[in-house]
Amino acid sequence: MANRLVSPIVWQRATVIETVRETPQARSLMLALPHWQRHRAGQHVEVRLTVEDGYQAQRSYSIASPPEAPYLMLTVERIAEGEVSPYLVDVVQEGDQLEVRGPIGGYFTWQASQSGPLLLVAGGSGIVPLMAMARHHALAGSTTPAHLLYSARQVDNIIYHAELEQLATEDQAFAVFYTLTRGAPPGWAGFQRRIDLDMLEDVGWPPAQHPLIYICGPTPLVEAVATMALHLGHAQGRIKTERFGPTGGS
Amino acid sequence: MSQPMVSRGFRGRQRSVEANLPPGQYLTNDFPVLSAGPTPRTQLAKWDFTIVGTTLVQPKRWTWDEFQALPRVTIQADIHCVTRWSKLGTRWEGVALDTLLARVQHQARFVIAYCDGGYSTNLPLNEVLGGKAWVVDSYEGAPLAPEHGGPARLLVPHRYFWKSTKWVRGLELSVDDRPGFWESLGYHNDGDPWREQRYQGD
Ligand SMILES: Cc1cc2nc3c(=O)[nH]c(=O)nc-3n(C[C@H](O)[C@H](O)[C@H](O)COP(=O)(O)OP(=O)(O)OC[C@H]3O[C@@H](n4cnc5c(N)ncnc54)[C@H](O)[C@@H]3O)c2cc1C
Repeated sequence: MANRLVSPIVWQRATVIETVRETPQARSLMLALPHWQRHRAGQHVEVRLTVEDGYQAQRSYSIASPPEAPYLMLTVERIAEGEVSPYLVDVVQEGDQLEVRGPIGGYFTWQASQSGPLLLVAGGSGIVPLMAMARHHALAGSTTPAHLLYSARQVDNIIYHAELEQLATEDQAFAVFYTLTRGAPPGWAGFQRRIDLDMLEDVGWPPAQHPLIYICGPTPLVEAVATMALHLGHAQGRIKTERFGPTGGS
Repeated sequence: MSQPMVSRGFRGRQRSVEANLPPGQYLTNDFPVLSAGPTPRTQLAKWDFTIVGTTLVQPKRWTWDEFQALPRVTIQADIHCVTRWSKLGTRWEGVALDTLLARVQHQARFVIAYCDGGYSTNLPLNEVLGGKAWVVDSYEGAPLAPEHGGPARLLVPHRYFWKSTKWVRGLELSVDDRPGFWESLGYHNDGDPWREQRYQGD
């Protein structure tokens, strides 16, 4: 079983030091924290917001920054009618404070020391913890071959698009594959359908190579891809999933 | 522990008073699926349920058919997930842990439920006896679907729902308390939603 978190997880006041618009729906927040325990790629934090009358709302957000980074980066995608995500995407400004606790989660994590080729499968904002892994892969100089399959609705919904392209060029052991489910621009070279068995087999690694597979995104996508991976013959214990939400899809 | 801090410009959603919800929970009408790995699919012919433990006079094993022949009850319960959704008045059918544990002799004080997929959860015996926990195989009148823990899952409604482990296959009776899967990953050992025991230290 994975490492134990022994210390209680306490709330801290994080200061927003920078915000970056990633797509029309998503924004990254760089946070500075008074005390930060080095996290592992794939972990998340809890964010707590408080109204003047004392009412609070709390949500989980994955950490996008690699363990090597000196600040904490979260990337939030706006959910229509959502309580918390529109606030984090549209209202929060540099200099604001947010209550944060973490890092949380010891299961959906990857460290460069782990063996086996890597297959990362993201749907929508499910890219966030996988981006922490891709960044960690590059910064740690890992030679473990890693493929990322990223499903988004349209090309301008692809979060971290430029950085992913750059990682794919600079990190010799890393490659990225996209699939668009709601139409592609002329000349699009990637896939143009929902993830299916053929795509997963094309992009992934044969079961004989014992790849580690991380799947993250809306619950229906995660369920579907995990079932396909089992069907292709991958071992249950090598498939790790993180489900972001009850509904939605890309 | 810092004082709660007002978040500039945050208004929150219109709130109705939900007297029957534990703190920090919101009501849902769907039944969200949350688990750490893929959904195991166990054939009923291969399914069994066992009770083991070092203090046990005689371990116990039931096949699917034998399990079906045990006295069954229907349960109506509110369930509360640590990821903040709650669902009220869910209906289940299964066998009480009282019924199962009455069929073994032991001196244990804790139970560890173990499952397909490598999960486990720990509970004190006094939290599962007295009509507080069940092994259920039916939800809202239909066989329990694999993504919701079928063929059978534990149901411990007075604890956060991760303690209602899916795909349960047996119980280990233990003299000492040993953290289960989520409990050893930073989640609270007791997980009482009314005391908002989400993570260690809460
Ligand atoms: C471990 C974990 C990590 C997460 N990491 C991230 C992250 O890095 N970036 C990110 O943007 N989100 C992430 N999420 C989702 C996030 O916690 C919130 O659920 C999301 O921001 C919606 O919150 P909200 O208050 O805006 O919507 P709510 O007010 O809670 O919900 C509004 C409506 O949207 C639906 N809904 C809720 N969540 C989702 C969802 N994820 N997709 C589609 N529909 C939804 C609800 O059913 C409801 O109908 C993560 C979730 C988990 C469990």
